[in-house]
Amino acid sequence: MVPITTIHYLVVAAALFVLGVVGVLTRRNVVIVLMSIELILNAVNLNLVAFSRMWGNLYGQAFAIFIVVDAAAEAAVGLGILIAFFRNKETINVDEIDLLKW
Amino acid sequence: MFLNHIYLIPLFPAFGAALMFFFGRRLQKSAVSAVCVGVVVIAFVFACFAVVQYSHFAHGTGQPFEKILYTWLGSGDSGLSFAKKDGSTAQFNADFGFLLDPLSAIWLLFVTGVGMLIHIYSVGYMAHEGGYYRFFGYLNLFMFAMLTLILANNYIFLFVGWEGVGLCSYLLIGFYFHRKSASDAANKAFIVNRIGDAGFVLGALTLVWYLGSFRFTEINALARSGHYLVGDPILTIAAILLFVGATGKSAQLPLYVWLPDAMEGPTPVSALIHAATMVTAGVYMVARSNAVFVLAPTAMKVVAIIGALTALFAASIGLVQNDIKRVLAYSTVSQLGYMFLALGVGAFAAGVFHVFTHAFFKALLFLGSGSVIHAMSGEQDMKFMGDLRSRIPTTYKTMFVGMLAIAGIPGFAGFFSKDEILWQAWSSEGGAYRILWFIGIATALMTAFYMGRLIFLTFFGEPRMSHEIEHHIHESPKSMTGPLVILAACSILAGFLGLPHSLGGSNRFGKFLEPVFAKDARVFEAEKPAQYAAGEKEEEKTDPMEYALMGLSFLVAVAGIGWAYRTYGRADKGYCEPLAEKAPPIYTVLYNKWFVDEGYDYAFTGRRKLGDVRLGVMGAGEASSWFDAKVIDGAVNDAGWLTRAIATLSTWWDKWIIDGLGVNGLAIFARCLAIPARLLEWGLMQWYALVMVIGLIGFTLYYVWK
Repeated sequence: MVPITTIHYLVVAAALFVLGVVGVLTRRNVVIVLMSIELILNAVNLNLVAFSRMWGNLYGQAFAIFIVVDAAAEAAVGLGILIAFFRNKETINVDEIDLLKW
Repeated sequence: MFLNHIYLIPLFPAFGAALMFFFGRRLQKSAVSAVCVGVVVIAFVFACFAVVQYSHFAHGTGQPFEKILYTWLGSGDSGLSFAKKDGSTAQFNADFGFLLDPLSAIWLLFVTGVGMLIHIYSVGYMAHEGGYYRFFGYLNLFMFAMLTLILANNYIFLFVGWEGVGLCSYLLIGFYFHRKSASDAANKAFIVNRIGDAGFVLGALTLVWYLGSFRFTEINALARSGHYLVGDPILTIAAILLFVGATGKSAQLPLYVWLPDAMEGPTPVSALIHAATMVTAGVYMVARSNAVFVLAPTAMKVVAIIGALTALFAASIGLVQNDIKRVLAYSTVSQLGYMFLALGVGAFAAGVFHVFTHAFFKALLFLGSGSVIHAMSGEQDMKFMGDLRSRIPTTYKTMFVGMLAIAGIPGFAGFFSKDEILWQAWSSEGGAYRILWFIGIATALMTAFYMGRLIFLTFFGEPRMSHEIEHHIHESPKSMTGPLVILAACSILAGFLGLPHSLGGSNRFGKFLEPVFAKDARVFEAEKPAQYAAGEKEEEKTDPMEYALMGLSFLVAVAGIGWAYRTYGRADKGYCEPLAEKAPPIYTVLYNKWFVDEGYDYAFTGRRKLGDVRLGVMGAGEASSWFDAKVIDGAVNDAGWLTRAIATLSTWWDKWIIDGLGVNGLAIFARCLAIPARLLEWGLMQWYALVMVIGLIGFTLYYVWK
């Protein structure tokens, strides 16, 4: 058995990050996009905790708490925007949000 | 008393003229003649007394008597001050002032005397004419103006008289205004006179600007004070300008052309105005300004040369004229030339003496010709006269006396005065004027010839008039022959007043005038008797040359008359003009007055055209105005057009280039750039996110590979 080192945590975090990014870029549903953003943020959290374990201090974990708070606020705001948007356009299809199109 | 009221002398005829103006139409002919002739007689008598009183006043010193009635322009010592040439201020004073000195005394006497005789003559001459009161009114107005001119004490008042005589000349020449030729002649006289007047005014103003005063006494004092040098340029200019005025008034070259045409007026007018009085005004004015002229030898030369040339020129024309009055008119111009010749060589007294004698014999000749015309029922052409000798004896005898006088036969007035002039021309300035003497003697020959011709054609030979006229020939009434006789007597006696030393006389005329022409301002002081004694001693010696010249002029006169008798006087010859037969071109030129009038017509009147272009001075004026309208205004218009064209160009540049390229172009450029950029804006959020990710990957790769 291979010992679990920091690198393994980073790889998992990167994979999660990529999944999140792809999700943001390709999903049609706005709610799913918001969920993918959460996934990105959590991947970053994982990264931070892994580095906290590596260095043996709590700086990484403290910053992760900040990011969790930030993610929560952002999700709230994002859902607020979504609801406002839905009231206007009656759809949650990202492709139809093109009011700024030329 | 008479001297103090000398201003009354011009006012007597003025009163007559005014009376005629207001009441003349209603008066009877006898009343008109009584008033108008009477005032002139009174003026003459008054003048005689005044001159006698003056001679007592002056005691032979020649001090002028001046009386200023009223200051017309300027006011005494304050008012119109002006800057003279040298910067000092002077007062502009022109007053109604009267000056009586030997010069004006002489003029006064003969103007009123001859005027009186002519007025008496006119009573008979104009007895059957219309406009009787108008004629006498104008004649009196003329006397008023002439007397003002003579008695004036300053140039401005003299000019008033000067203009007045010009006006009366116009009125009287155009007396028969129904005739176009008469009114044309009147216009010509006035206009040509006016040209001279311009010169006169300029001369007078130059003098006042330079010397500071108009008054003759002040100017004489200044000029003789020695302060001004001989040959002073301003004085020369002033003198020449004054002479231009004299040229116009006294009919010298080139402004003599009005005098022959002035014969359109009635004969007494020709006698009074154009023989005895008005035309002598120029001579008077130059003599009056002798102090200025003496300081300007160039001007004197001009006067002498023009005088001599005029004398010759006019005499040459007079040789072939057929109208009796025209011959006399050219004779007047010629004799005036003599007077100016005398003034020009410095012999002022001789010139004045010739004016004096000329007045008598020329008036006599004109009045006599008037008598002849009267007898010939209005015929004036000598071609149709002849053999009037026995039919109008008094006229004939008096005219014969006049002819002898003008030709210069000794014993008659003309000889003494003309001879004095010729002698002065010969001897002045050591003989510098000899050529002028030669012109003078040639003219004397011509004078004798044409006057002889006049007498012989008129009174001798075969009668060439129509039978109608022949029957009506009669001697003139006493009112006409009386003055003729008196004038004939004067023509003989007047000469003896100026009898020169060489012939044993005392030249009282010259002595009388001496103070007027004295070169020295100190004449009026007590040293004078000594000076006179010295002067007399000098004059006692006479040059034998004088006798020789005297004899020569006598020979010339006799030769002229004799030759005329041979050509025209013989009873067997009809009228023929030998010059016309032997040398037709010369005859044509002389008969047509050297084509001077035609020349003036081409050059100045603007009546002649070459195709469509006007000739002469008026043509130059028209050409100038064409030039101004087409070329200069054209240039102005073109400048305006050019400005508008440039403005249009500017507008285009501003609108299309500056606004178009600069302002709008930048905007369009920005927009052009923006179009592709715009295409990138799809409004899709995921697209933005994709771009962000690509950027992120790019940074990462960059740092990895670095």
